[in-house]
Amino acid sequence: MKKVQFKSKYIPYLFVFPQMAIILIFFIWPSVMAFYYSFVLEDAFGVSSRFVWFQNYQDTIFNSDYYSSIVFTFVFSALVTLFSLSVGLLLAYKTNNIIKGKGLYRTLLMWPYAIAPAIAGLMATFFFSESHGALYDFLNSLGWKFDPKSDPFDAQVMLVFVASWKQISVDFIFFLSGLQGIPKSIMEASLIDCKSAVKRFWTIVFPLLAPTTFFLLITNITYSFFDTFGLIDTTTRGTPMGETRTLAYKIYQDGFLGADIGGSSAQSVILLLFVLVITIFQFKYLEKRIHY
Amino acid sequence: MIIAILMFLVPVWVIFASSTHTPETILNQGLQFLTGHNFLHTYSSIFFDHTGYTKNVTAARMLLNSLILAVGFATGKVIISSMAAYAIVYFRFKMANFLFWIIFLTLLLPIQVRIVPSFEVLAHLNLLNSYTGLIVPLIASATGTFFFRQFYKSVPEELLEAAKMDGANSWQFFIDILVPISKTMMAALFIVMFIVGWNQYLWPIMMTTKPEYNTILLGIKEIYQSNFEGSYLPEFNRAFAMIIVALIVPVSMVIIFQRWFIKGLVDSEK
Repeated sequence: MKKVQFKSKYIPYLFVFPQMAIILIFFIWPSVMAFYYSFVLEDAFGVSSRFVWFQNYQDTIFNSDYYSSIVFTFVFSALVTLFSLSVGLLLAYKTNNIIKGKGLYRTLLMWPYAIAPAIAGLMATFFFSESHGALYDFLNSLGWKFDPKSDPFDAQVMLVFVASWKQISVDFIFFLSGLQGIPKSIMEASLIDCKSAVKRFWTIVFPLLAPTTFFLLITNITYSFFDTFGLIDTTTRGTPMGETRTLAYKIYQDGFLGADIGGSSAQSVILLLFVLVITIFQFKYLEKRIHY
Repeated sequence: MIIAILMFLVPVWVIFASSTHTPETILNQGLQFLTGHNFLHTYSSIFFDHTGYTKNVTAARMLLNSLILAVGFATGKVIISSMAAYAIVYFRFKMANFLFWIIFLTLLLPIQVRIVPSFEVLAHLNLLNSYTGLIVPLIASATGTFFFRQFYKSVPEELLEAAKMDGANSWQFFIDILVPISKTMMAALFIVMFIVGWNQYLWPIMMTTKPEYNTILLGIKEIYQSNFEGSYLPEFNRAFAMIIVALIVPVSMVIIFQRWFIKGLVDSEK
């Protein structure tokens, strides 16, 4: 914080008031409600409700649907993160080494940032569709009976592919700016000491990118957890057999479409705890980073 | 490199090329790689026709809605978060730490997770199907506040000392000194938030039951659904044209304001 500051009893509150008001009404209030609902069971008509302690949590945790959703979410996030990070890094590294026309390459690789996950999903439904999809035909001509409509595995493959495709540009932008932040003198010194480009990359460049990588790791995980909602809703909507539901999508389906408010709220609280763990982890790391 | 670039360009190109064909061609021969002759017809029909799948709303209206959402969201976010960050960085007051943590909390629980209660709150407040309900709740999250807080902390201390010596009060310092020097930062955040706002999907779905408030993304979804579930000839060309229209605005923002965009994106995460 600043050494010189204004001292005033009420003016700072005027400045934070708009944000606080919005947070209170549209954030704290619904969150408190979600917390309350997670302990309550409503009857089918929403007329009466009774307090059931941890019943909703029990029903959630011991449900095989929930279990498969957890597995899917974690595997999905891990794969999407892995693919998009590695391709993004590779592209950024290549782009950074280009001498002529770097700007053009950068533009051509970063514009997909602007594609909404929902739009990526809609485009994917056409490319992977049975009747006119080029990718559908291609995969089937390879001898793989690819059918995302009925085979859960195929649907999952499709989602991982599209979600990674959409995320590559984000990772690319951050890695490229991370690479540009590495001082020229370090690169030149390493060029003299080490001839192998691969070795140079892994021993010098990659460690220097560690903060960026770590940050992107978190970003990619939250992306796969939450932002892929639009993608899933426009492609599989959880089908086939509910095997393509992320935790966030399941909360939406159960609560908004299935009207199981208690169960959906219990899932929200559990997910909140998980995100809390990730955030604390990230914060601790960031604190350390500031010190060195 | 070339493969990677094509990997992104080709799908969008195919969608565009296909959108310029007649629906019969697409139905019989699949997606098209070369443009056809139906460009004007398709695009004028999505912009000006009221009939059909979009339920009496034209793409023009939905584009306007998307624009209102994106601009409103980005503007609101810049103003509100720069003010809040100013209070937290430049004032000494008791609640500062506590308020900072409250703002921080909003990062934890994205909208996807508190859908049902948020919907109920909005219904209580009679804000369903209104631009206020569409925009304001999205502004709550803390990213913008962190962004400005980081920037204000890097502003030299001498600036405030000098301003104080000249007798400036807190409001004058904010408006006359801090806002002008943070113009670039504001523009950068605006660009990023514009795209985030434009690409909102879940919130508009829940908030709008009346087609007049549909954003372009929802319009595409609707066309697409009636294509696959309807019994009549699917008008894929129109769905494709809508996709292209919905992409053009944010993509050109990214390309035209590239420098600000990268700054806004990368700096907000430090």
